[in-house]
Order: sequence, then structure tokens, then C-alpha cells
Amino acid sequence: MAGKPKLYYFDGRGKMESIRWLLAAAGVEFEEKFVETKEQLEKLVKDGDLLFHQLPMVEIDGMKMVQTRAILSYIAGKYNLYGKDLKERALIDMYVEGITDLMQMVMMLPFSPAEAKAKNLASIEEKATKRYFPVFEKVLKQHGQDFLVGNRFSWADVQLLEVILAVEEKIPAVLSGFPQLQAFKTKMSNVPTIKKFLQPGSARKPPPDDNYVATVMSIFNLN
Amino acid sequence: MAGKPKLYYFDGRGKMESIRWLLAAAGVEFEEKFLETREQYEKLLQSGSLLFQQVPLVEIDGMKMVQTRAILNYIAAKYNLYGKDLKERALIDMYVGGTEDLMGFILMFPFLSAEDKEKQRAVIVQKATSRYFPVYEKVLKDHGQDFLVGNSFSWADVHLLEAILMVEEKKSDVLSSFPQLQAFKRRISSIPTIKKFLEPGSQRKPVPDDKYVETVRRVLRMYYDIKAN
Repeated sequence: MAGKPKLYYFDGRGKMESIRWLLAAAGVEFEEKFVETKEQLEKLVKDGDLLFHQLPMVEIDGMKMVQTRAILSYIAGKYNLYGKDLKERALIDMYVEGITDLMQMVMMLPFSPAEAKAKNLASIEEKATKRYFPVFEKVLKQHGQDFLVGNRFSWADVQLLEVILAVEEKIPAVLSGFPQLQAFKTKMSNVPTIKKFLQPGSARKPPPDDNYVATVMSIFNLN
Repeated sequence: MAGKPKLYYFDGRGKMESIRWLLAAAGVEFEEKFLETREQYEKLLQSGSLLFQQVPLVEIDGMKMVQTRAILNYIAAKYNLYGKDLKERALIDMYVGGTEDLMGFILMFPFLSAEDKEKQRAVIVQKATSRYFPVYEKVLKDHGQDFLVGNSFSWADVHLLEAILMVEEKKSDVLSSFPQLQAFKRRISSIPTIKKFLEPGSQRKPVPDDKYVETVRRVLRMYYDIKAN
């Protein structure tokens, strides 16, 4: 039945966080059902709710959607955050995919074995400052517009702000060589829906802690 | 300048193969530039053509597109293989996400040690037969139509056929409990553009061999061990 989208995931960021960001940026209220035990996950699988037996899952518009990218693309398309034509969509897709690659590294960091953490963190810093941030710095510098694509707020802007903040949590001075990105961060953070999402009490999840890692590991028998 | 799309990659499957399949399925002729040496790759990096310093790269419609998924999305939409509305697109994206994950288990296969290869072969077959194939078998059975989405040929069909053939290369009778998929495979393989792509002499690339692995390692300077996922 129509109503608010309902998000099924762990009580933490992981792959669902980008979906929370995008719904929030689009001004869409949503509900969340937190999976806390293996039994709860197995029940969802047994009930046929998870197409490929995996989370995230989002109930939206009568569909039980899985596959993070599919969900994000649907939300972006539905709420006009996906550009005005195929070529703008192509740019948004390229940018989002690059950002997702960087985000993936940040997402996996808390799950690295202790002895690999420092190396993985250094790798994140290197990729952020040598591969990804320079691209977006240049894009913004070249067109001088507020938003990455088509002079209009889009999914790419939301995703870039999310990854900037996620990396800054680990490497506070990471934007020091990127004045365009610093300005971008300020501007996007002030978009009213995003500003609201960044305030305490929103559905935004905190950085993953040991508790979150332990929950995920136990649900997937990874310990 | 307009003209045929131009694909920059190694002379082998890897991440570019799904793009070759989709262009071929859409009946679009394309050119290829194969990366064979480190020098070529460095030249490409220096030229600024690789947005995130990575291949695949496809020059298409005046753009230098990177990121496999972005390229596939663009081709699918341009050639009307992406459904008729947002909901059909959502289904296609979900199905393609699944087949992409399945093919992901195979992507790293050539780079594994002999011992890990055997373990990974079992993982691939297990995932295919218990997680992925049952989904598509059920979709086809439930609606009884020829194609996965919207009673119309789409990217999802191309991607599933590609995945089926790849898994069959690892275990030839893997479809034995999936009658719908067997029929699907025959049907989709007979579509003229796909039939042509499946014939010898097409741009479809063969199963990756040691030469391919050496080339990738040499060009990317990727000499570390790859672990199975």
C-alpha cells in the first residue's frame, strides 16, 4: 500500500546510508525496520522478501526493491534528481559510480583486521586526494556552477557531500587542498532538506562503532 | 566526432565484456583499441581521458565515458533496452544487479591461484544455482513471457544470457534443473543480433587465459595476489 518508503537494514550506515541521504535530500519521509539478529534476516529470506537474500531492501511504491544502485536510481528518477536528459544522466552516473568506489573503501574500513586498518586508511586518503576529489574540484572550477551537473541539484551532489563528510570523519583536513569542494560542502550542507538531515535527531546514522561491526559480523557468521 | 563507439580495454573480457554484449545486442557496430603495454596505458592516463584513471573507457556520442555501469545505463537507454517507465527500469536494474554480482564471482577467477580456482568454481556454481538462477527461473515461470521485463527485449535479458553462458563455462550442466532458463537461453541466443555475436569472428572475447592475465598484470602493474570473494 502506498505510504512512506520502509527501509530494512541494520541500525547503522552500511549500504543503506546513501539511500537515507537521497530520500532525505528529496524531502521524502521514510520508516525504518532494523534487522538485529540472524533470525530476523532469515525470516525475511524465508518470507521471500529479499530477491537475492540480501539487504538493503526498501518497500516503495508497492515494490520490495533490492540492490542499492537500483533503489538509488529509482529514487533519483522519481524525484527529479537524475538530470534532464540522457547525457546529464550519463554524467551523474559516472560521478556517482566513482564516488561509490571511494565510499566502499570507507564502508569496509571498520571491518578490516586491526593490522590492516592503518594501511587501508592511508589508501583512502590517497585515493580521495589523488583520484576522486581532484575530479570534482576540476568539474566545479571549470563550470563555476553551484552543482555538479546541469546547473541543478542532483543525486551526484548528494552523493559527493556524503562521501566528503564520511572521509572527513577519518581524515579531518582532507579538503585542505580543495577550495571548490570546501565551498561546495558549505553550499550543499545549507540546502534545507540536507541541513535538516545533518541535524541531531534525523535518520542519519552515526559513524560505525564496534557494536555495529559486531552486530553485522554475528548476523553473517563472520566472527 | 560522431561515429562508431570506441572501446578502450585489454584484449579480453573483464569489465568490458558486458558492454560488448549490449552494443552487439542493440545492433551497434563498434571499434576497439586494445591495451597491450604499460606505455600505452600511461599515455592514456596522461591524456586525461580516464576520469578516474581507470578502464573501461568508451568514446561515445562525444563523451569519454568511464565506469562500466554508467556506460551500460547510457547504451541501454539510448537503444530502448531499459524498459518503458521508471518501474520497468527499476526491475531491470534489480535483475542486472543480481547478474552483475554473479558475474563478479567469475571476473576475478582467472587471477586466482590454481587451488583457489577450484574453491571459487564451487562458489560460483553454488551461488548460481541457489541464489541467482532460481530468481530468474521464477520470474519467467510466473509471467510466462519470453522476456524478463515488460514483455519486451531489454538489457536484463542480454545480461542474464551473458551470465548463464559464463557459468556454463564453469559447469556445463548447471542449467539442468532450470527448464525456463534453458528455454530462455535458446530463445535469446536466436535473436539475430545476439546470434551474430555468438558466432566465431565476432567481437565476443574468449574465456580469459594466462596470456590475458599476464597482460592485465603488466599493464596495470597489478602483481599482488588476488583473493577469492
